[in-house]
Amino acid sequence: MVLGIIVGYFIRNRRLLVKINDKLIMWAIYLLLFILGLSIGANEVIMKNLPTLGLKALALTLGGVIGSISLAWLTYVRFFKSKE
Amino acid sequence: MKGSLIILGFFTAGLLLSFYKIIPGDLIKEEYSSYALYFLMFLVGVGVGADAKAFQALKGFNLCILLVPFTTILGTAIGVTIVYLIIPDLSLKDAQAVGSGYGYYSLSSIIITETYSKSLGVVALLANVMREIITLLAAPLIALYFGKIAPICSGGATSMDTTLPIITKASGKEYAIVSLFHGIVLTILVPIIVSLILSLG
Repeated sequence: MVLGIIVGYFIRNRRLLVKINDKLIMWAIYLLLFILGLSIGANEVIMKNLPTLGLKALALTLGGVIGSISLAWLTYVRFFKSKE
Repeated sequence: MKGSLIILGFFTAGLLLSFYKIIPGDLIKEEYSSYALYFLMFLVGVGVGADAKAFQALKGFNLCILLVPFTTILGTAIGVTIVYLIIPDLSLKDAQAVGSGYGYYSLSSIIITETYSKSLGVVALLANVMREIITLLAAPLIALYFGKIAPICSGGATSMDTTLPIITKASGKEYAIVSLFHGIVLTILVPIIVSLILSLG
């Protein structure tokens, strides 16, 4: 990734290359998640537990979001509000 | 949101195709997908390096702006720890690894799948897509009740792209740079923090 950042810095003025890179990222992600889907679908243990996994995911999301916005309220009141 | 739905669509398509045995699930060897992951990490690096706005945002910062990504990281860690205490059958390590995706569902779920466990990878994918969707839907409410930094922290790594427009709308234009900076820092940190958590005991 560091190598990528360095390469990206040097090609930053070549709009076309940057655009191609964005498209490549998109398709690499599509491909990898399609592959993930393929291997999950073939895995009976995971397929059986899919609803449980979904509920776990929801609980973790809510925990993460509520935790970070609560702390964000503190940061906002303490460091940002006075500057507006 | 359209982007995350397309991604979920690709995932679901793969899942259904192999579940109904239309395509064999072991069609693609594990090694190929690790190479694809390395390639993706490289491409993400190119994207960050080539983003002129990224460097401008870094130049214009003052010390307070550094607190925002820190707030998200600490707040998420505390939140998922509480979830770990409530929910049975979930290890602290798993909870932290999923939380540390900060909405960056593609990269975090792929790293977890490739280096740790497939089922936790699925949890990470779903949880982090939900984080983006919740932020897109609730940013105005979050800004109203928790202050103008909160939608940024809720958006996590997505605060630099997909959720940036709604955050700018909810918190005001003056917070766009904060949001951008926050998203860039978390995007760079996600692969580092997730791998670090997975490598611990």
